[in-house]
Amino acid sequence: MSISKEQASYIAELTRLELKENEIEGFVADLDKIINYVDTINQLDTTDVETTEHILDLKNVTREDVVAPSLSIEEVLKNAPEQEMNCFKVPRVLE
Amino acid sequence: MDYEIVIGMEIHVEMATKTKLFCNCTTEFGGNENTHACPICLAMPGTLPVLNEKVLDFAIKAGLALNCEIQHYSKFDRKNYFYPDLPKAYQTSQFYYPICKDGYVEIEAGGKKKKIGITRIHIEEDAGKLLHESVDGTLLDANRCGVPLVEIVSEPDIRSAEEAQVFAEKVRNILEYTGVSDCKMEEGSLRFDVNLSIREKGAEAFGTRTEMKNLNSFRALGRAVQYESKRQVIDIKKGREIIQETRKWDDVKGVSSAMRSKEEAHDYRYFPEPDLVPIILSEERIEEARRTLPELPEAKQARYVRDYGLPQYDAEVLTASKATSQFFEKTVALYDEPKQISNWIMVEIPPFLKEKEISIEEIPFQPEDLVELLTLIQKGKISGKIGKKVLSLMFEESAGSPSQIVEENQWAQMSDAGELSDIIAKIIDENQKSLDDIAKGNKKAYGYLTGQVMKATKGQANPQLANQLIREMVEKKLNSRD
Ligand SMILES: [Zn+2]
Repeated sequence: MSISKEQASYIAELTRLELKENEIEGFVADLDKIINYVDTINQLDTTDVETTEHILDLKNVTREDVVAPSLSIEEVLKNAPEQEMNCFKVPRVLE
Repeated sequence: MDYEIVIGMEIHVEMATKTKLFCNCTTEFGGNENTHACPICLAMPGTLPVLNEKVLDFAIKAGLALNCEIQHYSKFDRKNYFYPDLPKAYQTSQFYYPICKDGYVEIEAGGKKKKIGITRIHIEEDAGKLLHESVDGTLLDANRCGVPLVEIVSEPDIRSAEEAQVFAEKVRNILEYTGVSDCKMEEGSLRFDVNLSIREKGAEAFGTRTEMKNLNSFRALGRAVQYESKRQVIDIKKGREIIQETRKWDDVKGVSSAMRSKEEAHDYRYFPEPDLVPIILSEERIEEARRTLPELPEAKQARYVRDYGLPQYDAEVLTASKATSQFFEKTVALYDEPKQISNWIMVEIPPFLKEKEISIEEIPFQPEDLVELLTLIQKGKISGKIGKKVLSLMFEESAGSPSQIVEENQWAQMSDAGELSDIIAKIIDENQKSLDDIAKGNKKAYGYLTGQVMKATKGQANPQLANQLIREMVEKKLNSRD
């Protein structure tokens, strides 16, 4: 399987990555490599293997509905590149 | 040509848990910005979500109350989208295996009963709130991030704005009774998305649909449906193509408009959430939830009609909110006059709620006090008219009990025959002309005498007693004349 230039551009758009025309080629090659690597799994015969949505043999892991303290506002915003009015500040998006 | 509106709805309901879906942050409404946030709901690398047990109880209850089949196996998926209201860049939701499927709600609109199918109910997390107050950026308040929601998805069975509104109100009503949500519209506990298309009446195929998201009141829902359906019909008649798109409803201007298509170029690339394990529900757990489900509004209405002999209309009004039905039931348990109580709750009390801008939960007196008031009227201590004046004072702060109010204002009816007799005797003596009139057969003069007695007692004479005494005494006088 190989990935097209259009597919690479589409993925870039979904992840909000701005790629220059000459950068796309590089990504196509990289993504191709990754997909081909994962494709190896198709060589396995899985006829007798039951489909699973989860690899762990666990179920119903829950916690009680009891409030615990949240972080202080200083800790919350400690890693924020930009902040304003005790909020995370991000590039402007449409309302 | 006749057109038909086809609507499917998605209702997002905030659950009444104390903590968020995957962390122990509080879900309390109205905290300062970013004070209800922790490494998990802020999506710090290396953190792991743990499911809130209470969420399962609520989701099962919601499913049972909406006649769904509760799934023995369900799990979470990641809905990927890149928008700053979600720090994780995906929303944890249930896509492939929702917790409830195939339910319905019965509604009555335009005089007809019909069932609106529920396709599915799934658990998901709320997003944060974006504030657009900064001049050169957008601000994120993460308090809502990870607040647990159930999303109720209907079949495209709705055919009018009225049906959409009735359906939404019915769902709200049922969920409020189950305690799954506080259903506070003003706090955004309930939000509606509407998928709407138009087709020729009788056609099988659906037309192209548009979606309007986050309608947060029943009024906005009704208006948005009316506007959007008219817009689509006009476009179809003019031969314009309907574009599948998300439209924004502006409730102030009363119009819907297309959102920039780039903003909603969504391709969610759902995939199984590896950090959360499957939910396996046993038949016992589901049955236990079914047994403990509270009495729902429809069952309550039937019981009010059957056991209290109330008209269906009364039963519907009294069950329109959980608080109203609770107030009614507490009162009727103390005073066995259901229709009378119903009248006071439906007719006399609401104007004061409106005037004071309070809900029935905030009435400043207890069912016991209403019972005391009704007993005063029943025993003839006060008239019904005075009763209404007493009620108005009961809504005032620091008001005493109904009996105290009556006493303080000297509103008690004169029901003492001795005291009243003296007053009446005096009035008859002063009004010999009325006596003459009555002797001549003019019964109207009785009315005049009653009026004089009411005047002399400042309206406090018990009218039945006064009438009876006047008749007795007039007859006695006339007999003694002969
Ligand atoms: Zn948290």
